[in-house]
Amino acid sequence: MISRLANPTRFMRASGAVLPFLAGVTPLVLLVGLYLSLIVAPPDYQQGESVRIMFVHVPAAIMAEGVYYFVALASFVALVWRHPLADIGAQAAAPLGAAFTLVCLLTGSLWGRPMWGTWWVWDARLTSVLVLFFLYLGYIALANAFDDPVRGARAAAVLALIGVVDLPIIKFSVNWWNTLHQPASVLRAGGPTIDKSMLIPLVVMALGYLFLFATLLLARMRTALNERRVRAVQLSAVPPPPAGASPVLR
Amino acid sequence: MTFTSEGELVAEDLACRRGQRLIFARLSFTVPPGGAMVLTGANGSGKSSLLRLLASLLTPAMGRLLWDGAPVLADLPAYRARLHYVGHLDAIKPALGVRETLGFWAMARGGGATLVDSALAEFGLSQVADWPCRWLSAGQRRRLALARLVAIAAPLWLLDEPGAALDADGEACLQAAIVAHRRAGGRLVVATHQPIALSGASELRLGDFAATETLAEF
Amino acid sequence: MPAYFGLFRREILLSWRQGGEIGLALGFFVLAVVLFPLGVGPETEILSRIGAGVIWVAALLAAMQSLDRLFTADHSDGGLDLMALSAMPLEGVVLVKCAAHWATTGLPLVVLSPFLALLFDLDTAAIPILVLGLLIGTPALSLLGAIVAALTLGARRPGMLSSLLVLPLYLPVLIFGAGAVEASIVAGARPHLLLLGALSLAALPLAPYAAAAALRQALD
Repeated sequence: MISRLANPTRFMRASGAVLPFLAGVTPLVLLVGLYLSLIVAPPDYQQGESVRIMFVHVPAAIMAEGVYYFVALASFVALVWRHPLADIGAQAAAPLGAAFTLVCLLTGSLWGRPMWGTWWVWDARLTSVLVLFFLYLGYIALANAFDDPVRGARAAAVLALIGVVDLPIIKFSVNWWNTLHQPASVLRAGGPTIDKSMLIPLVVMALGYLFLFATLLLARMRTALNERRVRAVQLSAVPPPPAGASPVLR
Repeated sequence: MTFTSEGELVAEDLACRRGQRLIFARLSFTVPPGGAMVLTGANGSGKSSLLRLLASLLTPAMGRLLWDGAPVLADLPAYRARLHYVGHLDAIKPALGVRETLGFWAMARGGGATLVDSALAEFGLSQVADWPCRWLSAGQRRRLALARLVAIAAPLWLLDEPGAALDADGEACLQAAIVAHRRAGGRLVVATHQPIALSGASELRLGDFAATETLAEF
Repeated sequence: MPAYFGLFRREILLSWRQGGEIGLALGFFVLAVVLFPLGVGPETEILSRIGAGVIWVAALLAAMQSLDRLFTADHSDGGLDLMALSAMPLEGVVLVKCAAHWATTGLPLVVLSPFLALLFDLDTAAIPILVLGLLIGTPALSLLGAIVAALTLGARRPGMLSSLLVLPLYLPVLIFGAGAVEASIVAGARPHLLLLGALSLAALPLAPYAAAAALRQALD
């Protein structure tokens, strides 16, 4: 099925059919999730109402990491099979992943404030997510750092693969570092075990984020494809360079 | 020295992508042993790109390259060992010496330093052999870059504007080297604006192969 | 094989004859270290607490600064083309260049570090751990840095870009290296040093492979 969608035209048609459905479902799921998180779920024994930030924070963390794996997978496909849509998919997904990372960091900070009295806590998860944010920024910066967009895409693809190998190492080393320096003052999801009343809102929110990601990803990919088509038309309209007059192109 | 390989260099339907456009397509040619091909065309028509493609530094967007009937991609190291590529840039470090530089590139090719001194002599650099490269004039630097061609034997020479910055003496050295190379069965593909006396050379006008279509992906 | 020795020798000769390069990296290292007491205050209590971390961070920054020495010059004067066409596979070229880079950047940092440790009044038992950690960890810095240097060839503003890209790669090295010194006072530095060694050893085959792939993209 993936190779059938490889043809950009078929992709445009398929995504055009799916997108309205996704765009409609996403706000519904998110609303249900928010209702469950803010109203239905019970306040925490220790943290009170502020634990509700967890329902925004934890799914964002999951998505932040998950989208990076998606970018790495798309990069792998781009490098090995030279699939034209893979590059587009990876580059469309990266800013979305970075946004999830930012949401995770900001909500983590907000969560920590009433708990620990500081706007930032150097715990293992937040620190790992911070480094993940830099991984995303680096990927986006590299992809846009070249005059030739194809070179940028390929270099970024290699970087994504290196990043995905590096990510577990970073998490391991940050955990290591964290246990060295302070006891686990972790913003953990409500305690050692997650009660079912907390689990369901969490899952629904995560699902909502997933739908949001899918919607935005498809929209961004369609835009990128259209941009490329416009550029291709513009390039083919340029007449060939006159004899000896234009700058040297290698 | 004679090159024993009787193989021809054959290009089939080559296309080259630079940025997001195809600069040439459906390019085919043959260069037999002892043959020479001159690339002509306007700036931007792809002469340098074609030479880099023939040097296997670029991968073609379409088509393939054959040496002696076998695809070049099947055994890239062997193909690379059979060619010399002299581009616009000289790959000369000002801090190293003349003989040091040539000796290094000869060694990098897996060859010995036996032909280094004769190569320097052939291109009129014997007297400056012990100089640091920063003392060389532009013409001498170009000659040093070209001296690589004879420091290690290789049957295929790919030259991009070899005559640029060369003085009259240097041109004579190059001329002589090319003649000897072809007589020994070597092949030559050269992009040049200047008249290099090449008997029996075929001409490839890159403007004839300009691509009109954009990439098939979009 | 002799080609590799020739390349190594050439790289060392170039660093040596082009003078300033080695000196600049070391100068930066010392400067970065010296800035901290000026910023934090001269109380030896605080300085000896942060000393190991500061020296490690400065070593990382000095390594980051020196990365463009690896490939940029050869890329811009056509030498990289010739190396790609030579009898040496690009992976081997990268490995030799990393070795030369380490010999001219990493190793001097290691040698200089005990003296800087004195500036911070580090515990005398901790100094050998610091030096050993740097010795084991700096090859990883050269190897991982080579990947980033290769990826950013031909980019706009490669310097800033490299710094951003190399940070997540260097982070584990920093954590284990600085952590080793911390731990040597309390429990024992062995696990940290072993992890550092694992990083360097893992980078040894992987980094040349990735960097060579990036170099081929740059030549394309």
